[in-house]
Amino acid sequence: MKYLLLKHYRGGPEPEAPWPPMDRWTPEEVDAHVRYMQDFAARLQESGEFVDSQALAPGGAFVRYDGEGRPPVTDGPFAETKDLIAGWMVIDVESWDRAVRLAGELSAAPGPGGKPLHEWLEVRPFLSESSAETE
Amino acid sequence: MLRDLVPAVIGILVRRGADFASAEDAVQEALIRALQTWPDDPPRDPKAWLVAAAWRKFLDAARAEASRRGRELALDAEPPPGPAPGTDDTLRLYFLCAHPALPHSSAVALTLRAVGGLTTRQIAAAYLVPEATMAQRISRAKRKIAGLPLDRSGDPATVLRVLYLVFNEGYSGDVDLAAEAVRLTRQLNALTGDPEAAGLLALMLLHHARRASRTGPGGRLVPLQAQDRSRWDTGLIAEGVTVLQEALARDRLGEYQAQAAIAALHADAPTAAETDWVQIVEWYDELLRLTGGSPVVRLNRAVAVGEADGARAGLAALDGVDPALPRYRAVAAYLHERDGDLERAAGLYAEAARAAPSVPERDHLTREAARVRQLHKGSTTT
Repeated sequence: MKYLLLKHYRGGPEPEAPWPPMDRWTPEEVDAHVRYMQDFAARLQESGEFVDSQALAPGGAFVRYDGEGRPPVTDGPFAETKDLIAGWMVIDVESWDRAVRLAGELSAAPGPGGKPLHEWLEVRPFLSESSAETE
Repeated sequence: MLRDLVPAVIGILVRRGADFASAEDAVQEALIRALQTWPDDPPRDPKAWLVAAAWRKFLDAARAEASRRGRELALDAEPPPGPAPGTDDTLRLYFLCAHPALPHSSAVALTLRAVGGLTTRQIAAAYLVPEATMAQRISRAKRKIAGLPLDRSGDPATVLRVLYLVFNEGYSGDVDLAAEAVRLTRQLNALTGDPEAAGLLALMLLHHARRASRTGPGGRLVPLQAQDRSRWDTGLIAEGVTVLQEALARDRLGEYQAQAAIAALHADAPTAAETDWVQIVEWYDELLRLTGGSPVVRLNRAVAVGEADGARAGLAALDGVDPALPRYRAVAAYLHERDGDLERAAGLYAEAARAAPSVPERDHLTREAARVRQLHKGSTTT
C-alpha cells in the first residue's frame, strides 16, 4: 500500500514546540538534520519501501481558469495561505501502522541542540488504481 | 563501444531509402536486441550485425505499414550496398536532432537516442520521467522534424547548446550524462573543427575534472574556493587546456572559449588564494561583449570583481544587475560577508536558500546563513 508523507512549511496542528527557522541553527545542526533525512530515505530504499521523494520551493502561485480567450488568473507568488507544502515522500509499505511508525521516525529528525523536532507530518493513503473483484 | 555505432547505422538505413524516423526506430529496436543478446553471443562484426538487424526491423515495420494501407512495398529486401557512409552522416544527425524547431527537452532526448545511442529507458531514467513519457517525447520530436532533409546543415550553436544542457544534467541513475556529453562533444569537435565546439569541449573537460571535489559527505555541495584541489583530475585539466589553446590560436573567439578560459584560470591556481582574478575579470569583460551584456555574466563578473578589487568594488559591479536573477541573492550575500556586513549577509543567504533552484544548493545556502549568523553572534558578544 502506498502512502504519502507530507511535510508542511506551515499549516497543520500547533507545533509541539516552535523552533526557529533553519538558517538560525548552527551549521552543525543543519548538517545533522540533512544527514538524518538522507539516512532515512536510504534506509527505506534498502528495505524496499521507498518510492519517491520531492522537495518544493516555497514560491509558486494559485492559478484558475478565467473564461474563454482570457489568460488564467493567478494569485501569488506568495499566496496568503494557511497551508504551505514543503515536500513529500511516497512509501510503499505493508500497513497503515508501518506508515505511521515511519512518519514518527521522520518527525524525530534533529533540530536545534540535536533534539527531535517533533514536527507534524501528514500521512495520506493513496487510492489504488486497480480494484479487487468482489463477489 | 556499441553506442558509437548508432549514428552510422542510422545513416546507412537512410541511404538505403528509409526515412529518418523509421530508421531511427529500427536502430533503437536493434540496439535493445543487441544489449540483450551480445553479452552471451557477441557478433564477429558488430556494425554489420546492427545494420542487418536494424534493416530487418525496418522492413518488418514498413511491410506492416504497407499491408495496413493495402499498398505494395517499394523497397527491395536486398538493398544495393550504396555509397560508403561517411562521417558526414553523424554530423547531419547532430544538426537534425538539435533542430531549432524542437523544444530543448526534445532535442536533448533525440540527440541522446539517435547520436548517443542510449535507449529510451536509459534516457527516461536519467531525466526521472516515466519511460512512456520519454518515448512519446521522442516520437513527437521526430514527427516535428519529419520531412526535413537530413543533409541540410544547421546552426552549430544549437547543437552546442543541446550538448551543454546534457552536460549540466550531470549524473543520475545508471547513465552518466556528463560523461556522455563529453563523448558527444569530443566527437562533434573532431567532425567540425569548429573553435566553439573545441571551446565547449574544453569547458566540459575542465569542469568534469573538478567533479570528485564538488560534493562532500552526504552529497553536500563544496564551493570552488573550498574544494580539495588535490582531487582535481590533472589529466582532464591538461587535455582541456590543450584543446582550449588550440581553439584560441585560431583567433575566432566565442562564448564557450571565453568560459573555458575562465575555468582554465581556476584550474591553474594551486590554491584558491592564488587565483588570477584580474585575468578572470578581463575574460568576463570579453564574455560581456560576446553575449551582448548577458545578465548572468554580469552577475558572475561581480564575484570576480569582488575578488580582484575588493568587496566594495564587487558590490558596485552588482549595481544594476537584475535582482530577480536566480543566484543574485547568493552573490550579494557573499559580497556583503566579505565586506564585513554579517547581519545583512546572513539575511541574504537565508533569502537565497528560499529561492534556491536545487536541494543541494538550498542546503548549502542554509548552512552558509547559519555559519554567518554564528560569526555575527560571536562578533557582537565579544
